Amino acid sequence: MQTVHDPSTSSYYVNEQLYQELVTSFADWQRDELAIHNLAERDQFRMLVEKEARLLDQLAFDEWLAMYSPECIYWVPGTPAAGDPRREISISFDDRRRMEDRIYRLRTGYAWSQAPKSRTVRMISNVETFATDQSTVRMVRSNFLISEFRVDGTRFLSGWCGHRLVRTAHRWEIRVRQVNLIDCDQNLRNPSIVL
Amino acid sequence: MLEKLTTARIESAADLYDWDELVQEDRVHRLIYTDPAIFQAEMTNIFGAVWVYLGHESQIPKNDDYITVRLGLRPIILLRDSQGKIRALFNRCTHRGTTLCRKDKGSTRIFTCPYHGWSYLNTGKLRAVPWPDGYACDFKDSKFNVAQVPRVDSYRGFIFATLNPDAPSLLDYLGAITKPIDEWLDRQPKGKIAVCEANRLKYKGNWKLAYDNSGDGYHVVFSHRSLLEMENRQADVANKGMSYYKGSPDTAPMYMAYMGNGHHFKDKRPNIQKRAGGLWAVEGPAPGTEHYAEELRRRFGARAEEILDLASSEPVNINVFPNFSLLGNHIQVFEPVSVDETNVTWYGTAVVDEDGTLDGAVDEINALRMRTQEQFPNFGEVDDLANFEEIQRGLACLEDEWVYMHRGLDIPGRVKTDANGIITAPATDEAFMREYIKEWKRLMKATPHLAVQREP
Repeated sequence: MQTVHDPSTSSYYVNEQLYQELVTSFADWQRDELAIHNLAERDQFRMLVEKEARLLDQLAFDEWLAMYSPECIYWVPGTPAAGDPRREISISFDDRRRMEDRIYRLRTGYAWSQAPKSRTVRMISNVETFATDQSTVRMVRSNFLISEFRVDGTRFLSGWCGHRLVRTAHRWEIRVRQVNLIDCDQNLRNPSIVL
Repeated sequence: MLEKLTTARIESAADLYDWDELVQEDRVHRLIYTDPAIFQAEMTNIFGAVWVYLGHESQIPKNDDYITVRLGLRPIILLRDSQGKIRALFNRCTHRGTTLCRKDKGSTRIFTCPYHGWSYLNTGKLRAVPWPDGYACDFKDSKFNVAQVPRVDSYRGFIFATLNPDAPSLLDYLGAITKPIDEWLDRQPKGKIAVCEANRLKYKGNWKLAYDNSGDGYHVVFSHRSLLEMENRQADVANKGMSYYKGSPDTAPMYMAYMGNGHHFKDKRPNIQKRAGGLWAVEGPAPGTEHYAEELRRRFGARAEEILDLASSEPVNINVFPNFSLLGNHIQVFEPVSVDETNVTWYGTAVVDEDGTLDGAVDEINALRMRTQEQFPNFGEVDDLANFEEIQRGLACLEDEWVYMHRGLDIPGRVKTDANGIITAPATDEAFMREYIKEWKRLMKATPHLAVQREP
């Protein structure tokens, strides 16, 4: 019998199978022969990652969360090769509940690292789309530059994202977003915004 | 045994200030956090003269393995040489001063300077220089061997080093704090852990702000209010995480203890039900919580509870002066960068189960333990660091000179000293801060004679 669990209140899907899927699907996926050249399709994914960046700049977290699958992962590896999250600490590794925790905390008004809040603008570019062995799954690579102002100055965070997107009846949903900071293995000052 | 100690010339910090004026019984002067001259002196009198934590043996498991770390501001190659001896080499070519190694970690028998090609064995001994016929000397003089920290010692896998020949043994230096360290280790199978990457953070503030905070039970419900609200938002009973600080923490069974030599210990374990699964019962939600708990209970029955406790945060803060802390399942390391910049690195630890004590549960429990360990750096520590930065900003008010640490002082019966000199007080007391800063003052008044060592 299949029990349905609400991923906002419990975490059953973060299991061996999911970790294995992550490690496998985020290895060796940016291959020329898998690149999608159809401009309309590429543009569709470019618009998707640009929309996500805008929602995060606007702190529109409910709309941001709505872009994700019910069972999703927000993953910020702590090493440049990303590693195996079963055996390594990540900067962040959130399932849906922890993503909602993250947003909840920011909204308490007592998250001092974000009181006052950062103001950000994100530049997204070099968007490339890759096919996978499933027609309903795409991988998207994009580069980002986040300009963040808070309290005493403006700084830049940069890196690239890997999106794993899944086609549902009505839309493409974000199943996994892997955020690779170029300085992920260095000491970071106040990493409290959603990247 | 290495020989030929050479005494480094250092300037004495003793005359810099009237230290008794800067550090008083109930308060300290803002200068101890803001003065670059004091910071410079600390790099000798503290991060040089006392045992400083450098790394864990699991980071250099095999002969020829190395990591690069720092002793104060000195770049260090911490390695296990080809014979298995652990050494802390200055990361500095004896020729022109260039750093020899620029990678965070690796494995090598030989370090070759990228600048002029001088090469060294991983014992620090000079191996060869290019075109030696251009030199009148034969390079047999030990002064051409890499300088290294003369005293490097481990306590149950934790590697410390000091440049001070007059320092006590590591065991004597740690003293009474070894008991909580032992207990922290001995809850793991075979008393072992392995470092598994880290949450690496930094803040614009003096390093002592982090050490002041490391035993502070007073800030918890205020600085971490957002975390406490977050991790209890779905709980039937709001008892997750550090909820025991709510209400009246000073009458709770937890306590703080000052253990001597600047070390202190916040013991929150008495707040937890003393049973298998007691820790797991108050662990906040993490990715995979329900799946792994159900899976382990299905396979192990009642025994699953003690296994789940291994993925739970151990409620202690074991703080070894000046830069090492065990808390939850983390090894936290404080690394001064400048008078107002500090790295705070939270090394994750994994359970090691070499002989199968856990009957195959080790991978599952580590997968869960990685996620529980990410919680506090993401949702708690960032707020403390923001507050440390705001202290540093506040201390720019030159005319408001004093910072207070007198909570609990002069209240009869509140602070107790036992026969071994261990001082205990209620959880929110600042007695540990007053005591460690006295030790800091004693060290700043001293004129230590630091030394390096070279292979003969």
